[in-house]
Amino acid sequence: MKFISLKKNLSLHLLYLILSMIFVSNVNAKNIVSIDASEQSTDVTQSSHAQLEKLIPQLQVKNFKKKIASVKQLADIKNPQNITILEALLDSRLYYQKADKSVVIIQKKDNQYEIFSPLDNSKIGLVEKKTIKKITTNNKLRKTIRTLLAQKKVSHTDLIIRQAALKEILTSSDASLLPVLQQAKTNESDDSQKELLTLAIALIEVDSKDRSTRLSAIKILGNSVFPRAKGKLEQVLMTNEQGSFIEQDKDIIKASQKALKRIDSKLSLFSNLETLFFGLSLGSVLLLAAIGLSITFGVMGVINMAHGELIMLGAYTTYLVQQAMPNDIGLSLIVAIPAAFIVSGLFGIAIERGVIRHLYGRPLETLLATFGISLLLQQMVRTLISAQNVPVITPSWLSGSLVFNPAFAITYNRIYIFFFALMVFASLMLILKKTSLGLQVRAVAQNRSMATAMGIKTQWVDSLTFGLGSGVAGVAGVALSQLTNVGPNLGQAYIIDSFMVVVFGGVENLWGTLVAAMTLGITNKFLEPWAGAVMSKIIVLIFLIIFIQKRPNGLFPQKGRSSGGH
Amino acid sequence: MNSFSQMQDKVRDVLRRDRTFNHTIVEEDVFLQGTHSVHHNTLDASHGPVLYLEDVSVSFDGFKALNELSLYIDDGELRCIIGPNGAGKTTMMDVITGKTRPDTGLVYFGQTMDLTQMAEHDIAIAGIGRKFQKPTIFPEHSVWENLELAMKTDKGVWHTLFTVLTSEQKDRIEEVMLIIGLQELCYARADLLSHGQKQWLEIGMLLMQDPRVLLVDEPVAGMTHQEMDRTAELLTSLAGKHSVVVVEHDMDFVRSIASQVTVLHEGSVLAEGTMDEVQNNQKVIEVYLGE
Amino acid sequence: MIINHFFPQFMHKDTGGKLLLSLLALITIIVVTFNFLVAESSAWHMPTYMVTLLGKYLCLALLAIALDLVWGYCGILSLGHAAFFALGGYAMGMYLMRQIGDRGVYGNPELPDFMVFLNWSELPWYWYGFESFAFTALMILLVPGLLAYVFGWMTFRSRVTGVYLSIMTQALTYALMLAFFRNEMGLGGNNGLTDFKDILGFSLQSDGTRIVIFSLSALALAMGYIASRFIVESKLGKTVVAIRDAELRTRFIGYKVENFKLWIFVFSAMLAGVAGALYVPQVGIINPGEFSPLNSIELAIWVAIGGRGTLFGAVIGALLVNYAKTYFTGALPEFWLFALGTLFIVSTLYLPKGIVGLFERFQNKTSENKLEEKTA
Repeated sequence: MKFISLKKNLSLHLLYLILSMIFVSNVNAKNIVSIDASEQSTDVTQSSHAQLEKLIPQLQVKNFKKKIASVKQLADIKNPQNITILEALLDSRLYYQKADKSVVIIQKKDNQYEIFSPLDNSKIGLVEKKTIKKITTNNKLRKTIRTLLAQKKVSHTDLIIRQAALKEILTSSDASLLPVLQQAKTNESDDSQKELLTLAIALIEVDSKDRSTRLSAIKILGNSVFPRAKGKLEQVLMTNEQGSFIEQDKDIIKASQKALKRIDSKLSLFSNLETLFFGLSLGSVLLLAAIGLSITFGVMGVINMAHGELIMLGAYTTYLVQQAMPNDIGLSLIVAIPAAFIVSGLFGIAIERGVIRHLYGRPLETLLATFGISLLLQQMVRTLISAQNVPVITPSWLSGSLVFNPAFAITYNRIYIFFFALMVFASLMLILKKTSLGLQVRAVAQNRSMATAMGIKTQWVDSLTFGLGSGVAGVAGVALSQLTNVGPNLGQAYIIDSFMVVVFGGVENLWGTLVAAMTLGITNKFLEPWAGAVMSKIIVLIFLIIFIQKRPNGLFPQKGRSSGGH
Repeated sequence: MNSFSQMQDKVRDVLRRDRTFNHTIVEEDVFLQGTHSVHHNTLDASHGPVLYLEDVSVSFDGFKALNELSLYIDDGELRCIIGPNGAGKTTMMDVITGKTRPDTGLVYFGQTMDLTQMAEHDIAIAGIGRKFQKPTIFPEHSVWENLELAMKTDKGVWHTLFTVLTSEQKDRIEEVMLIIGLQELCYARADLLSHGQKQWLEIGMLLMQDPRVLLVDEPVAGMTHQEMDRTAELLTSLAGKHSVVVVEHDMDFVRSIASQVTVLHEGSVLAEGTMDEVQNNQKVIEVYLGE
Repeated sequence: MIINHFFPQFMHKDTGGKLLLSLLALITIIVVTFNFLVAESSAWHMPTYMVTLLGKYLCLALLAIALDLVWGYCGILSLGHAAFFALGGYAMGMYLMRQIGDRGVYGNPELPDFMVFLNWSELPWYWYGFESFAFTALMILLVPGLLAYVFGWMTFRSRVTGVYLSIMTQALTYALMLAFFRNEMGLGGNNGLTDFKDILGFSLQSDGTRIVIFSLSALALAMGYIASRFIVESKLGKTVVAIRDAELRTRFIGYKVENFKLWIFVFSAMLAGVAGALYVPQVGIINPGEFSPLNSIELAIWVAIGGRGTLFGAVIGALLVNYAKTYFTGALPEFWLFALGTLFIVSTLYLPKGIVGLFERFQNKTSENKLEEKTA
């Protein structure tokens, strides 16, 4: 027995190892988008600093022409601080103090204003509104600043700033930026950035006077899935009240229509891809929820209505682990996996020893008794922890999404849950196929009395199998805690679905469970757009009810010779 | 040797087909058509066997439980079927009673009833009764009720809801109860009976059905010698009026009742004949005594 | 009874049933006298809310009988019986909604309030006919019956049995619950049907109407019991038990098992529908929560506690558990789920035959003791 558990532990350890490796490697791969210029430690030369000091006071002049000249000079200085100053001026956050006429950047705080030095962002103090005065701007000045800023940012040495700047430009597409963009494009070394620049230029050039420039711009837009590209094309194709095109040039209309069609077909492809991924991730959730059941129900033939509550316990374990280590949320999730396995597994073994063991051969009674247990567990959580949902924190490495293009992005938690589900599945397969526990489990499942005769302690095997199935339910709970609300009713939402998956896949068949979970998940998500979330669930349920009538043994039935008599 | 046995098989095949040929081509007999109803579901055993299986094969996951089995049971015959474990005896009964559908082959009851197309209850109503290997009775019903339920009558839902036993029916139940010797236990719950008594009760239920063919799977398992003798007596007395097919392991018992014995092996007929012929058959000896 | 003229043995040995029927008659008389005839100021007056509560219990008892027929006698543990109950309830609810007429908040003579709220312009087709009580009465039987027929026909024919069947029925009621939660279903969505005014022209708020509905519930329970007793004592009842105990054997002696299962399942569903229809005017609301799988499974525990396969055991179980529920949810709400959960476990582990079985064992023991005394 010791040997078996050792082996089991080993493979579990292996699982955790792989898991943590993947998690950690991803933390490193994360790039945090930030354009906080103050963190830039570029070589601020003494001279540029002096130039700044000289130019800043000139911003106070009343004459806008002079102001524009100063702004242009300011922009030329090779000091990153000028971006901060220009941005502040654009946002009307650049003030001067009435007392000494010194220029400051302000930040509203309650009823007062915090003021910062424009030279190095250092905090100067907290002042009343009446002690400072805003440096005014007009349209022309703002436009100049915007252009200057864009120019500076799109050709900035830091790629991240370049990307952010371009992103901003792409949402507004200011025609005056055209030369800036064209110049930036020639200097740009990053490919994807170059592509975006092309797009930004095309967005402006669509409205140009030259016909061939417009046509080639339209063509470029047709290759993009950026929302503005589609919007721009639709704008070109606008019709007046009589329904005829405002645009007069037939070729432009034709080209735009073609480009729009291209975009639409691309978008629908991506939306299908997205649905597929949603389906896969729902399928993974179903797989996680059902796979433990597939063991207890499929292999042991025990109906465990408390399975959902074992999932819930896993989710609550995650919550408790996070409470215990509030400073290591990222790590807590990895700690929670074995913890939840043990907690739910132990509960499972207790349920098996205490109740189910006395009800073997009476499946309907087992069903009712385990349902009673599920009520007890729910109420236990309500009494001991809370009747309300508890907050489970999502670690930073799980939030955010993997962006392929503007029309297609997958959130990381969906990707993780997919691979996590597959990993749990693979480890279970390994345990059942390669360990001696697995061998004994299969032996008992196939012929209990023969297994007993061969010296297998069937009662122990039953308990351990049940514990294994329950433990996996706990692990599923950890995953679910990242996707849904963790509350006492968490389990109930999954129990019927889980049974459906197991029955659909055919009991005694883990592969069947995998296929069934993914099929149901994908079907559900593809039905959703036109049937609605609830209706598609109903449709899937009804389909399953009818399917089971046609093939009572599921997708992958285990065929066997009927033993005589009954 | 191998080619020889193949040839032998082929010859047997041809002979079998010939035999089938005789029965499937129904001679137009105007007189018989007049007396026998042409209704599809009435038994027409006017020509030879009441039950025949022709080249029946059944396989489970590649394992051939029946391998081109052909078997013919004549009207009123008492036939014993023996064979080692896994020879296909129970599967054969499953095929006849509609529990298992054959992959290939013909299973006919009389001339016209294709058993492979009929549901279990229709087969039972048509006149094939079956006793299971493990005695299967209704444990929570009394002996009387067990027999009442089996009785040959309209077995539709509405009829059973409003029916009340007529005095003839009661007489029939008492008559059968006398035959199976359980009259004193008339109101006892069936699950309180001994193993042997349960066997008898199941045979009694078979009698209540008044079937044309009785399939009896290991009727004397768990019986004392005395009970065995009575069973033998009963089965032989039933033959003639009914066709009786007995599957049994107990050779003494088989010897005591059988005129015709069929030996099954690996899903097909190994030998057929009287008990003496079969016992002296070289192949049978090989199968039973090992290589 | 007249029935004994044709079926002399009917209810001959059913002491529990006779007791139950007498008790029902007695309670009805007591309720009517103490609520209706005794002045309200008197200490003997029975408050109307109590009458309604009792009436509710009787409906639930009828539902328990319905489940006992299929589970206790035929071995089909339906975890979707609350669905038939709720469908009967919805049929009645639709009739009661139509009776509101233009007295709703929006005063639309044709459309119920929730449809006006959803900006619907006309009544959906399936609401037609529910202004007639006769039609409604028919639907109360027909809708649950039809669903049971379709579901049963598919299921029993393909020989889905045991826990599979239970899970299927549970999925069925779950799907129905989800469907009825949708506003598009046209049955009030989340809130269901409520704010009923009157039935057959009598105000639902008046004591008189409530007493009559209570009496009708008692009558329905009595009739349901007698009908069910007739069924289980008939040869059909014996056949059904035979199917439960040895399905294959029953098949091989010539019974078309699926027809029997289907018959009893449909009958049971109709019984549940009637129970739901009588329940709704007494509680004044029907909403999708009634379809919840929890309700169906709780129902199974009433029957298990009372004693399966006895009919009156189901009644006892329904009354006891529901009384306990009323008491606990009022006094110790936290405790109720603990109690219910424990009840599930205890009844399956230690009370396989329920309270009735316990009582019978006790009775057998005492009679054995008496026998010993006599022989000694």
